[in-house]
Amino acid sequence: MSGSQFGLFGNDPWWLVIGKSVAVFGLLVLLTLFTIWWERRVVSRMQNRIGPNRVGPFGLLQSLMDGFKLAFKEEILPKSAHVGVYWIAPVISATAAFVAFAVIPFGPTVSIFGVETPLQLTDFPVSVLYVLAIASIGVYGLVLAGWASGSTYPLLGGLRSTAQVISYEIAMGLSFVGVFLYAGSMSTSEIVIAQEPIWYAVILLPSFLIYVTSMVGETNRAPFDLPEAEGELVGGFHTEYSSLKFALFFLAEYINMVTVSALATTLFLGGYLAPWPLSLWESANTGWWPVLWWLIKVQLFIFLFIWLRATLPRMRYDQFMKFGWKILIPISIVWIFIIAIARLFRDSVSVTNTQLLVGGAIVIAVLLIGSWLFQLRADKRDAAAELELDERRARPFDANAGGYPVPPLPGERFEYTSRRAMAAGTVATTTVAVAAPETTNEEAPDA
Amino acid sequence: MNEVIEPNLGETLVFWICGGLAVVGALGMVISRKAVHSALWIALTMINLAILYVANSAPFLGMVQVVVYTGAVMMLFLFVLMVVGVDSSDSLIETIKGQRVAALLLGVGLTIMLVAGLGAGLSGAGTIGLDAANAADGGNVQGLARLMFSDYIIAFQATGALLITAAVGAMVLTHREYWQPRKSQRELSQDRFTDGGHPGNKPSPGVYARHNAVDTPALLPDGSTSAISIPAPLRARDDARAIDVNDITNVRRLTEGESE
Repeated sequence: MSGSQFGLFGNDPWWLVIGKSVAVFGLLVLLTLFTIWWERRVVSRMQNRIGPNRVGPFGLLQSLMDGFKLAFKEEILPKSAHVGVYWIAPVISATAAFVAFAVIPFGPTVSIFGVETPLQLTDFPVSVLYVLAIASIGVYGLVLAGWASGSTYPLLGGLRSTAQVISYEIAMGLSFVGVFLYAGSMSTSEIVIAQEPIWYAVILLPSFLIYVTSMVGETNRAPFDLPEAEGELVGGFHTEYSSLKFALFFLAEYINMVTVSALATTLFLGGYLAPWPLSLWESANTGWWPVLWWLIKVQLFIFLFIWLRATLPRMRYDQFMKFGWKILIPISIVWIFIIAIARLFRDSVSVTNTQLLVGGAIVIAVLLIGSWLFQLRADKRDAAAELELDERRARPFDANAGGYPVPPLPGERFEYTSRRAMAAGTVATTTVAVAAPETTNEEAPDA
Repeated sequence: MNEVIEPNLGETLVFWICGGLAVVGALGMVISRKAVHSALWIALTMINLAILYVANSAPFLGMVQVVVYTGAVMMLFLFVLMVVGVDSSDSLIETIKGQRVAALLLGVGLTIMLVAGLGAGLSGAGTIGLDAANAADGGNVQGLARLMFSDYIIAFQATGALLITAAVGAMVLTHREYWQPRKSQRELSQDRFTDGGHPGNKPSPGVYARHNAVDTPALLPDGSTSAISIPAPLRARDDARAIDVNDITNVRRLTEGESE
């Protein structure tokens, strides 16, 4: 299925395909081990601690040793677990994490043992969508882990992760649209090449910011780590997992971090292309050098992840969902609208930049006046509501309004009767405004 | 008649593996007793169909199949199944008489119709592949986009309108009207800290040897009762239990170290 532009993809000899796959696998495992150590060291620095420094130079082998320890731990299978699904959930999670990396370009075409080949496992016309598709399969791992554990906290964690990943995947997908419009392609290698003069992080800054936000939500990392919020859900979806199965979830989380960072690099930071001062050096974008630039950019994103985790407190779940649906998605849609219109005018209609700017100013003016009129109307409505509330405060509450027992409306005053007083024969009533805040001052002793 | 392209070995292998798995998934979906298992089997079928689409030069359709159906639609199904907790205790008794026989007949009929119809329609057609169609617009995605936004624009827009109507309908059905604006976090915290507010946890009701009901107020160190320790409705109705003065003085005497 290689089209003309994918001439070099799909033509590798078998040993090179296997070699590339093993290299990607090895790179991901190594990056995971490194990232765990790096995260612990950086978070420690930010908290005035030292962090792991015993095993190996600078404690570099700490995560390897932790991995061994984890693998040899006792495995506990909960009695109420649904065995088959319980087994397959971590496998789905880890597999999806590895497989998504197949379309990430590390570098341009190089020569390996005399064979000209791009430094990328494979590529095809919709490879960015492929990453999205694999990510949505990866969620199954979390959801099924939550369900199959047969326990309450994991189930809640699994449900949260579904809601979270589906919501943030929309914002993420919308942030890609700008890149697709500008690159004219959905293939990762072509998007990188299309950023040769200027990165999309610069010209598509809103898309970039939306992607960076949603990638943190997508990977369930702090401050969006609600599916495994320790304070609320013990460990979330992996509460009931131990030993190697837990290790697989752990691995998947860190690989996902690397994958979304690599995707951000590919789509917005020019992939393996050398950054500005370096790009003046002619051979910066040839041979194996680009792999280094790529790695540095990915590490920058991973540092951002760690920095966020060390700095920000976890968001509240409802605010987090509101943020995704009511802020990120509408902003993305408006932004796509703007760039689509701008590109349409620039490409097919002959308009000068001045005309485009004047047109934009008129649109903005209309929007501003419209929102001002809308606000006027809303204020009028609020005033009317306030008036109605005052009216209600003035009249007595009818507990049988319309022939049915009804609760008091906000502002209406309701008279309670003390049962104790009724029993004692001295009926006393207390008037309480239902909507008013409770007075909580200490009162005089009863006795 | 167009030139016929024979499938190569790889294509044949992909077809038999993915096709077989898709059928296994479909059967598993029908046979499974647990609703969640059924959902998983159908996800397997969907993923295999997506691979077949990709193998048949329709990569965009394949990816959209996974993102939309496996990733979103099936996931929402799972979500509902988990929340509602449909489990193996589902009754397998027929509620409509003759349901199984009717379903079987209709199923067999549909199979015969599909096989016969598709067989008759495609027997002489041969395969031409998508390569020519994909190349016409410079790629699979571009070709799809051109068709969707030119020839099929009405169908596309109508489908979009239908979906939006459904989404808005769902929101209207679940809409809840607030009587007054909800307090923001800022207002809530101001209420908590300004006059009459209580910033911390309220004290729990008193538990004594005689009473452990919630209408028993907690005792403060000076022996007085804490009004905020009992629930607001009880307080509003003036229904707090009275504490015997003698009890309080006894306790005070004990804590002050007077031996009896």
